[in-house]
Amino acid sequence: MTSAAPNATATGAVTSLLDHVRPLDAGAHVTGAAFAGDTAMLALGDGCVLLCDAAGERRVDAHPGGAVLAAVGAGDRFITGGDDGRVVATLANGETQAIADEKGRWIDAVAASGGAIAWSCGKQVAARDAKGNVRRMQAPSSVRGIAFAPKGYRLGLAHYNGASLWFPNTDAAPEALFWKGSHLDASFSPDGRFFITSMQENMLHGWRLADKKDMRMSGYPAKPRSLSWSHDGLWMASSGADAAIIWPFEAKDGPMGKAPRECGVRPAKVTQVAFHPRALIVAIGYDDGAVMLVRLTDNSELMARMPAAGGAVTAMAWDAKGKRLAFGTADGAGGLLTLPV
Amino acid sequence: MPDMPETNTGADASGKIPVTVLTGYLGAGKTTLLNRILSEPHGKKFAVIVNEFGEVGIDNDLVVGADEEVFEMNNGCVCCTVRGDLIRIIDGLMKRKGGFDGIIVETTGLADPAPVAQTFFMDQDVQDRTRLDAVVTVVDAKWLGQRLKDAPEAHNQIAFADVLVLNKTDLVTPEELAGVEAQVRAINPYARLHRTRNAQVAIDDVLGRNAFDLDRIMELEPDFLEAGHHAHHDSDIQSVAVTIDGDVDPDKFLPWLNDYAQREGANLLRSKGILAFRGEPKRFVFQGVHMMLDGDLQRDWRPDEKRTSRIVMIGRDLDREAIEKAFRACAV
Repeated sequence: MTSAAPNATATGAVTSLLDHVRPLDAGAHVTGAAFAGDTAMLALGDGCVLLCDAAGERRVDAHPGGAVLAAVGAGDRFITGGDDGRVVATLANGETQAIADEKGRWIDAVAASGGAIAWSCGKQVAARDAKGNVRRMQAPSSVRGIAFAPKGYRLGLAHYNGASLWFPNTDAAPEALFWKGSHLDASFSPDGRFFITSMQENMLHGWRLADKKDMRMSGYPAKPRSLSWSHDGLWMASSGADAAIIWPFEAKDGPMGKAPRECGVRPAKVTQVAFHPRALIVAIGYDDGAVMLVRLTDNSELMARMPAAGGAVTAMAWDAKGKRLAFGTADGAGGLLTLPV
Repeated sequence: MPDMPETNTGADASGKIPVTVLTGYLGAGKTTLLNRILSEPHGKKFAVIVNEFGEVGIDNDLVVGADEEVFEMNNGCVCCTVRGDLIRIIDGLMKRKGGFDGIIVETTGLADPAPVAQTFFMDQDVQDRTRLDAVVTVVDAKWLGQRLKDAPEAHNQIAFADVLVLNKTDLVTPEELAGVEAQVRAINPYARLHRTRNAQVAIDDVLGRNAFDLDRIMELEPDFLEAGHHAHHDSDIQSVAVTIDGDVDPDKFLPWLNDYAQREGANLLRSKGILAFRGEPKRFVFQGVHMMLDGDLQRDWRPDEKRTSRIVMIGRDLDREAIEKAFRACAV
């Protein structure tokens, strides 16, 4: 049961995490969250990156005069793409590095993997390998989502009427995956067998890459814009309903013909999901600002933030060890949860 | 939690950012009007979505380049098209909340306004955060006649308008102007029309119109008083208005309206209506774009107000007699 009751019962069991959250005043829309080592970072609609560590909080103006439109963590760096046309890496010490400048064109999506970074502006997609070599391609229509495949230097791109799989280091034409409609966010399963997109039409679409077989995951009341894979790769959580919708991917066919789990049912819409990096626990953010942790094994729930001013939860990220969770909201609230030991 | 600053949020009482769509054929004066709106000393900041950089730009405003990507919604309806790039851009603009007071979308001269307008009804996230204020169409008084002959887009742009800016009136004789105005009125008699030179129109006449707000639909009368309005049938688009002098049966009217919009949606560009439902003290108001209908009960009928039911439809090759017959069959 969720509860706002005191932190522990007579038996000492934790019933709430509300007292373990350090509130953060982001002051602008929180576009993305990530950790670089022990430093939590929030990417903001005023172009700044907010750094939070034991020493306190400070702001780095990564996109002066701009807004961060897309952000992704990349190990020791936080990659942000802005409406100033720039892709910037911010380090835990507050140092910034300019990665790319697309001359004022909006950076719509960013992705990172093992030192490589990719970004899109409109139909143009660029991939920069760890050595700094940049390769470019043009997609059939604007690319809304980019994901690196778990193995090999390969990108999945979500766009109108399907997706493209691109090997930046080859001159071969990208492999086309067709499905009618507008595809938004992109994600590979950790084993690389499936490629999933969220869609304008309030559903997820998936392809089993071995045979391009289509999967439709529908029934969402809103667009499922947030996707997260469990550490063991067997589950994929999604937003877009009044619970986190969690699809099983253990079987050869993935979730085909199977019903999803529903975790964290509340009278609010789920806007963000983030699986714990080491345990079957999913952090769920809602459009009323609440944040809850749910353990898949027994469906037990712990409230980390009650509904509050500041709008919907728009970003969430765990640190690598799974000890801390950073989150931020549409109107500039945020928090840093440290799990009790 | 700290409160966000309340000033300059730009949103109205609904908390939504107003969006003005600016259309008009090539060379009609869209950019002139846009620059005029932006340079007026209104103290407001706008986000302007344009297709070509360079011609527009006031330091204070945010100018965004668009790609005019028209997408079909995957719902089996061919006229349910939206501007995918607009959904993406508005999503991005909302991250700068408080940064501007309104959004102006300038379309290319060849654009059909329908996908732009429909974007504001089809996408929930866009609908939650913005509201379509009005479609403003700039018309070139000198070249309209030619445009109506060679450009189907010009017809759609006029038919879709809530506000018509009849521009370059200094380049035509009064007789020619009267002729052009009659041509425009034959397509769309309901939009507010302003005659201008150099797109000189009061800013309040193009912004803050609330043309899609059901609560603001007060009457559905033609926007001109001149007698003897003779339609010039230079266009296959025309308007059909039918009034019933009393109540209609909602159980007959609503199924008919839905069915009609589904069947004729591709030809039906804009529709509006104010209806007196049997036994209902409130006015029922609807408006639509192609197949998309939005309707609700509005304020009470006033004691001094005559309960009448009126529908207005603007579209291509509409069967006036069939509409009239079907609507009249809903009378109580």
